[in-house]
Amino acid sequence: MAKITFITSNNETIIAEGTSGSVMELAVKNKVKGIDGDCGGVCSCATCHVHVNEEFWSAVGKPSELESDMLEFDDNVSEYSRLSCQLKVEEVPDGLILKVAK
Amino acid sequence: MKRSTFPDPFKKARENKGLGKMNDQNDPVKMVLGHKDVRRCAHNWKTFQSGGEEVGRIVVPSEVHIRDTRQIPFEVDPPEHKSYRDLVEPWFKRPLERDYQIKLTDIVNGVIDEALEKGKLEVVEEFSLKLQSRALTLLLNIPYEESDLWISWGTHVFRSEDTALDGDKANILYDYIDAEIDKAIANPSEDLYSMLLASEVNGKKLTKEEVKGVLILTFAGGRDTVINAVTNSIAYFADYPQSLQRLREEPEILNTAIEELIRYFSPLTQMGRVVTEDTQVCEHAVKSQSRISMCWASANRDERVFENANEVVLDRKINPHLAFGFGTHNCLGATHARQIMKILLTVLTQKVASMEIIDCKENIEDLDEFERKVGFDSIQVKFNKL
Ligand code: HEM
Ligand code: FES
Repeated sequence: MAKITFITSNNETIIAEGTSGSVMELAVKNKVKGIDGDCGGVCSCATCHVHVNEEFWSAVGKPSELESDMLEFDDNVSEYSRLSCQLKVEEVPDGLILKVAK
Repeated sequence: MKRSTFPDPFKKARENKGLGKMNDQNDPVKMVLGHKDVRRCAHNWKTFQSGGEEVGRIVVPSEVHIRDTRQIPFEVDPPEHKSYRDLVEPWFKRPLERDYQIKLTDIVNGVIDEALEKGKLEVVEEFSLKLQSRALTLLLNIPYEESDLWISWGTHVFRSEDTALDGDKANILYDYIDAEIDKAIANPSEDLYSMLLASEVNGKKLTKEEVKGVLILTFAGGRDTVINAVTNSIAYFADYPQSLQRLREEPEILNTAIEELIRYFSPLTQMGRVVTEDTQVCEHAVKSQSRISMCWASANRDERVFENANEVVLDRKINPHLAFGFGTHNCLGATHARQIMKILLTVLTQKVASMEIIDCKENIEDLDEFERKVGFDSIQVKFNKL
């Protein structure tokens, strides 16, 4: 069980809990504004872009090459950018804080 | 070669030069072929423009001679693009609503039941065109019966047998849309026409011409693309009954399967841009005011990105395909198209045991340097009940 905090661009905070699936799916289920997950998680749409809170960056880890190629052309990319469809709920640290990019 | 095999004609040119060349009505197009280059060009809307003065020029083949109405938001650049796009985006997300999905499921059940009853049918006209037209009534939020007229136009509203583009045929659609807009002005309802007519962008009411521009795009952008996605998927499952069986047993791969079919078939081959300054594309000079195109179909077979790029891998997990475009102008109809595919595949697994291709005629696009199979002109298929 992981507890994840999403902070949206209008500074709304949504705390969601999940046990399986991707972080994108968890966000969509909890109607987190700015995470649409259009492609269903295959790394093709970037509508699931988040900034990982710095404290958790090393625990979450860097994107794969194909993921970072996708992020390269996204608006508001930062050194802590990830596509949340590539993060598995059961693998991210409990208490994780993510800022929605859109 | 199986009939659902769609070869990649771009491989050599993509690997050797990264570019192809097409002489379209004496307005040549440099086709960008590599995945990374296509993304880079799509991202760079300042240098590679959609909203130039000559309406219709970014389409390949060019529509400069057959259309004066600017398509919106397709032929508008940022920052204006965003105002229009924000206006229509929520409407085009309606396919995510339950009620929409229930109605779409009825439509899909309708065409599949009909196919099973007939046993044997020509899929393009008797299945895909019907499904596409009926589903479009949901997207426009208008009565189902209106689709009968669109179906009667046949598949080639914009093309005729011998020319790629046909002005007379396009006029049927444009006149129809004009008339529908006038009707919506006289009797506003809950449909897309009325919503647009009542809307403002940057404090100004949309003009009739602007409303027409959105509607033309909705009709044109969603017709051949959806028809090819549906028809080609039927051909694929006919050729690979074990794939249909696999979807039945593993419904959890439905999403990756849809994205993979869309990558593999890439129903829209390419889209153009007008170059605004002398620049370079993959180390080749391109001149200001010339045209390039982003070849989504080629990018989607780029082996630097996709392992076994020429195979359909139904559970491909990472699939950064460009079939719906990339960046600013990415496909507004993608939610609708994906929902059609999702429900189609689901109902196929529920009702159809197998399908057999009896006969078919391929639809080959002539791109000068390349010939690309993009779908079928006709395909006879036998449907067997589960
Ligand atoms: C499988 C089906 C479809 C495919 C493969 C497809 C593909 C594409 C592609 C590649 C683009 C990008 C064009 C560019 O960058 O200039 C695009 C844009 C667009 N598509 Fe689709 N499309 C499909 C279905 C639809 C449907 C069903 C509709 C609406 C009924 C639609 C409406 C649009 C619109 C309005 C745009 C322009 C968006 C903008 O400029 O902001 N498409 N489509
Ligand atoms: S959901 Fe499409 S890239 Fe993450």
